[in-house]
Amino acid sequence: MFVTCVVDQVFPQVGVAITQVLERLGYQVHFPEAQTCCGQPAFNTGYTEEARKIARHFLDVFRDSEAIIVPSGSCTSMISHHFADVFQHDPKLLAEAHALEPRVWEFSRFLLEAAQVDDVGARFDGIVTYHDSCHALRELRIKAGPRKLLAKVQGLTLAEMDAAEECCGFGGTFSVKFPEVSGAMARTKIDSIQKTGASTVVSIDSSCLMQLQGVIQRAGLPIRTLHLAEVLASR
Amino acid sequence: MKAPETEIQQAINDPRLQLAIYTGTGRLIDHRAKVVGAEELPDYQELRNEAHAVKKHTIENLDYYLEQLESNVIAHGGQVIFCRTGEEAADFVLNLAKERGLHMLVKSKSMTSEEIDFNERLERHHLEAVETDLGEYILQLAHQRPYHIVAPALHLTRYDVARIFTQELGVENEVVIEKQTRIARGVLRRKFLEAGIGVSGANFLIADSGAIVVVENEGNARLSTSAPKIHIAIAGIEKVIPRAQDLAVFLNLLGRSATGQPLTAYTSFLSGPRREGEIDGPDEFYLLLLDNGRTKLLEDPEKRQSLYCIRCGACLNHCPVYRKIGGHNYPWVYSGPIGAIITPQFHGVTEDTWLPFASSLCGACAEVCPVKIEIPKLLLKLREEVTQVKRKEDSDVMERFAFQLFAWVAVRPKIYLLLASLGSLFFPLVPHIGPLKKWASQRTLPEPAKQSFHQWWAARKGSS
Repeated sequence: MFVTCVVDQVFPQVGVAITQVLERLGYQVHFPEAQTCCGQPAFNTGYTEEARKIARHFLDVFRDSEAIIVPSGSCTSMISHHFADVFQHDPKLLAEAHALEPRVWEFSRFLLEAAQVDDVGARFDGIVTYHDSCHALRELRIKAGPRKLLAKVQGLTLAEMDAAEECCGFGGTFSVKFPEVSGAMARTKIDSIQKTGASTVVSIDSSCLMQLQGVIQRAGLPIRTLHLAEVLASR
Repeated sequence: MKAPETEIQQAINDPRLQLAIYTGTGRLIDHRAKVVGAEELPDYQELRNEAHAVKKHTIENLDYYLEQLESNVIAHGGQVIFCRTGEEAADFVLNLAKERGLHMLVKSKSMTSEEIDFNERLERHHLEAVETDLGEYILQLAHQRPYHIVAPALHLTRYDVARIFTQELGVENEVVIEKQTRIARGVLRRKFLEAGIGVSGANFLIADSGAIVVVENEGNARLSTSAPKIHIAIAGIEKVIPRAQDLAVFLNLLGRSATGQPLTAYTSFLSGPRREGEIDGPDEFYLLLLDNGRTKLLEDPEKRQSLYCIRCGACLNHCPVYRKIGGHNYPWVYSGPIGAIITPQFHGVTEDTWLPFASSLCGACAEVCPVKIEIPKLLLKLREEVTQVKRKEDSDVMERFAFQLFAWVAVRPKIYLLLASLGSLFFPLVPHIGPLKKWASQRTLPEPAKQSFHQWWAARKGSS
């Protein structure tokens, strides 16, 4: 498992939840402790040289892993799509990056396509709405999967919002370079969440949830944010 | 230039403007969605692939198709003038008007003419240019540039229009849209009849027939190109397509992507001046082919796909950033995602360095682009170019230092873990400095985890 820097530092409970879900399904989870980050923050800000160093470290750490489970669509896409951009002028590392691609799994996709389960025996009481994170939706084409998993959770009602596919406004360093625009985008998203009557917004990307949670808290709204793994781990 | 932060803030804090943008673009989004769906247009994705392939081929063989276009326009009795700059294009029109003793021309909507400040250049030499597209006409009266590639007055409500008409035309306050249209028509009809020259843009230039294609909904382009004795079309060199039959692909995509129309109300095919026996049409036809920096874009094999753009505006409508900051906060006439990728290429990446960064990289633009321009990929490429320039100039040192330090730490797991554990101690202190202060201006900072996942894992391993 690659937990990502955001989950490691801010939302460790997501990593714990994934561990629980996978172990319940009979998997043995490994956590290479030398892992740090995938390099996306540097890559998306134009610091490709720095991103390359971090990506190289990632390759070193995960070279021999059978399946790499990632609790983020965005980081998965960085590894499976953009490592190829990062290493485009280095044939050896490019080949390594390509070799890694089929072994990198976004968490929900791993459950459905590799483990082939849609019901993990979870129970969660309440109305939930699902936020499509941009990179999962548009780069990994993940749309129906997480909803399929949520539909099998006992006690859970899924209420779709109008703006499910609209960006939350995070965008990595965009959120600090253009805080007002980013905040306004989040507020539009939250308006749409509120209209569903849901008390929980679920996503497969913790960074989107960090953004939404920050604006929800600032506005004092009674909505909480949860990673899909946390919902699937609950009983 | 730095980002116009104050103006952006003003736009975000103006509820009337926000509503106008959000509903205006929202309507265009809904209309498009209805006509590109699987039931209405099952081969939509194939059309996009085909459009991309035709554009790619044409741009890679641009010299060939431009020569073919030129000889076919001449064969129809028209003239082709290659203009390196906007100034050359304006000078041609000014000289022609002077030669014929003309003082006024009518214009249909053309972003290319906006790009070169055409009207302003003419007016400096007392040649009046009257916009005849309703939205453009309103903006000309209000002395504003287009807010949107397709819907130039997207940001104005009918009450704004009423105010502008009263101020500029001296008519009584009129808020009924149909009546406003009638007022504009009354003024413009006379202009069509008086004008000695009609200027249009062109959506497509067909190399194998020498015809130009203009799409519109108001009929003003058809009048502008046929009523005056002289028709001048201004188009960027990238507007050429090889064959008339390629239009089957492009016309199908353009109207649908732009306004959600399977076809626009008028599609005019114009090939040269009126021929013997024909009743309508101009006596003279000139095609001004504009470079204005386009050949510079051809140099980069990856970024040159920016020239595939057919100016449908779909990327603007779907862009969450455009929908917040609006069209006037972009530094050039081309706004939204397409503006963010072409402006730095036309003006140089050292100008407006903020522009490629004004995106959350959500990718909505690329998903709706009818010619499949990889906008997020080009934004990333431009970001890299900007940071490379900054590296060379040794500017923005703090940001570079932060990423260098981050990369240094991220490849040293032991130091990463040590700093991370300290970081959670310092977390509550940092909202007052740097990026985190900016984060906290809009949102509550996340509580740092008491125990990182690394620590949880180590503890679990130790206890088992």
